[in-house]
Amino acid sequence: MALVETRNVSKATVVTRAPRDPVKIGAHIILAIIGILCVVPMMLVVAVSLSDEREIAVNGYRLWPVGFTTFAYTYILQEPAQILRAYGVTAGVTAAGTLGGLLLCSMVAYPLSRTDYRLRKPLSFYVFFTLLFSGGMVPFYILMTRYLGLRDNMLALILPYMVTAWYVLILRTSFSQLPVDLLDAARIDGAGEWRIFFQMVLPLSKPVLATIGLFFVLRYWNDWFLALLFINDHTLYPLQYLLYVLMANINFMASNPQTTGMPIPAQSARMAMAVLAFGPALFTFLMLQKYFVRGITIGGLKG
Amino acid sequence: MSQLPASQLSGAPVPVPIPVRKPRSHWLGSQRERQTTLSLTLMALPGLIFLLVFAYLPMIGLVIAFKDYRFADGILGSAWVGFDNFQFLFGTDTAWRITRNTLGMNSLFIVTGTVASLAIAILMNEIYTSRMSKYYQTMLFFPYFISWVIVSYFVFGFLNGNTGIANQVFDALGWEPVAWYRAPEHWPGILVLAHLWNSVGFGSIIYLAGILGIDPAYFEAAKIDGAGKWQQIRYITLPLLLPIIIILVLLAIGRIFNADFGLFYFVPRDNPLLYSTTDVIDTFVYRSLTQLGNISMAAAAGFYQSIVGFVLVVFANWLVQRINRDYSLY
Repeated sequence: MALVETRNVSKATVVTRAPRDPVKIGAHIILAIIGILCVVPMMLVVAVSLSDEREIAVNGYRLWPVGFTTFAYTYILQEPAQILRAYGVTAGVTAAGTLGGLLLCSMVAYPLSRTDYRLRKPLSFYVFFTLLFSGGMVPFYILMTRYLGLRDNMLALILPYMVTAWYVLILRTSFSQLPVDLLDAARIDGAGEWRIFFQMVLPLSKPVLATIGLFFVLRYWNDWFLALLFINDHTLYPLQYLLYVLMANINFMASNPQTTGMPIPAQSARMAMAVLAFGPALFTFLMLQKYFVRGITIGGLKG
Repeated sequence: MSQLPASQLSGAPVPVPIPVRKPRSHWLGSQRERQTTLSLTLMALPGLIFLLVFAYLPMIGLVIAFKDYRFADGILGSAWVGFDNFQFLFGTDTAWRITRNTLGMNSLFIVTGTVASLAIAILMNEIYTSRMSKYYQTMLFFPYFISWVIVSYFVFGFLNGNTGIANQVFDALGWEPVAWYRAPEHWPGILVLAHLWNSVGFGSIIYLAGILGIDPAYFEAAKIDGAGKWQQIRYITLPLLLPIIIILVLLAIGRIFNADFGLFYFVPRDNPLLYSTTDVIDTFVYRSLTQLGNISMAAAAGFYQSIVGFVLVVFANWLVQRINRDYSLY
């Protein structure tokens, strides 16, 4: 593979008429190797999911499909209820959490971005302090289960992440860079704060809202933590938690009453489940990669 | 008094300024300002209530570390027991083990992560104009989107005893197969690799942004003076990146008492045989809380983590502020 990369390099250098630079060629080779190492684990999972169960038992996992078959996928998709429900839970949680979170965080961030807001300083500290100090898992767990009664409740998967101090601070910085004159003009024309916020601040801030929105989506989509703490009811399992349960207990899939009587492709089905669960989202995230990169470099140093 | 009015110098009667009594201002300003303050506060209120519930109430809840918590009595109703929970916690070997693992593994992560991210960023910068660099970046960034649950599948694919890739390779090389999930001594290395795999793409993006921000004139001048690539890196890139490096490392040290729960819980598959090297404060707290039902022990360990973590964050930020105010958290 490295050889292929170097050939590409020499082609590129011919085009730019630059002399062949050994440092550049070396950099290409090393980065190509590291890049492949980053992707190999995924190839392994995909390969196992497409392998024949008996071949796996004999030969072990391989980086390429052995005895190519899509049986594991047809097996899962025969009774797709389990994975579809998990998709539904994750999609619902992600949509609600992201939209709600963006709105709530912006509504805190905008007042804090206003230099003429009297409570700016104390409230900024109030938000900021949550970054420094945290009560940790135990009080949080007790609060959620005993006092808020959110065990086995979808809200337990949504509410805790909605207001994240970090996002509030990034939004605040961004809002404070909006053209003051424009907002002042609206104020003189008699627009109230709420109207200015919804009709001017939010529409003018689409780029930062898109970036923070993506971080929300990533966080909710990939979350297993809240389900691990608060969800026992298997109809409420989000995707990541379903995968965890499958990993911890391979019999979970076998114990599905609808599938009794069929040979269970345990190894390949488990990996196929992982592919079905993260494949589409991964593809989407990679497409949107540049927005993540922008987000990391804006708030990155502080992230 | 250096600028006395001319009238005073000429001896004319000095007009004593009559203190104008301002209309007593309301502490929240004029009517209009009050209206603004009210609107803005109402706007922020829902979010502030969220923080109150999900961030501040748990802070208050830390007092259970000093109580014998019983579910029926709640946090307020349970009996005070002073430092008993801490005596139990620190009376065991566990306290030492989880502290050592948390600090040790996080230190390894900081060192290896910083070096690898920097090296990749420097290499990336060398070929930044090439079309291939986009592909490398995508491949390196890809692990950032993968949750630890899925990483545990990846690691399992490599390490599981019968079918994993690692033992197949060992077999081909004629080495003894290793029962990875029963051999705690290998896990610091495995976890370092998993962490590197997960974080170098992200880390190198930050450093690459820093390198791209360096004025190209420095490199041009160095080239004219005959400096090679290595010398340019040694004497220009690294020194100019140093503030960012120091700051990122300090901020990481500020969080050194908090382990990445997903990495330490899912990747070793919560395997008791591996606890001697993989059990960290966060996994211990979780296990005590949900599996062992030992809430007092969990609360004591959590309190210990919160307080030490807070001190470290504040200290790290104090240091960062002394280096460069722009980068500190506050």
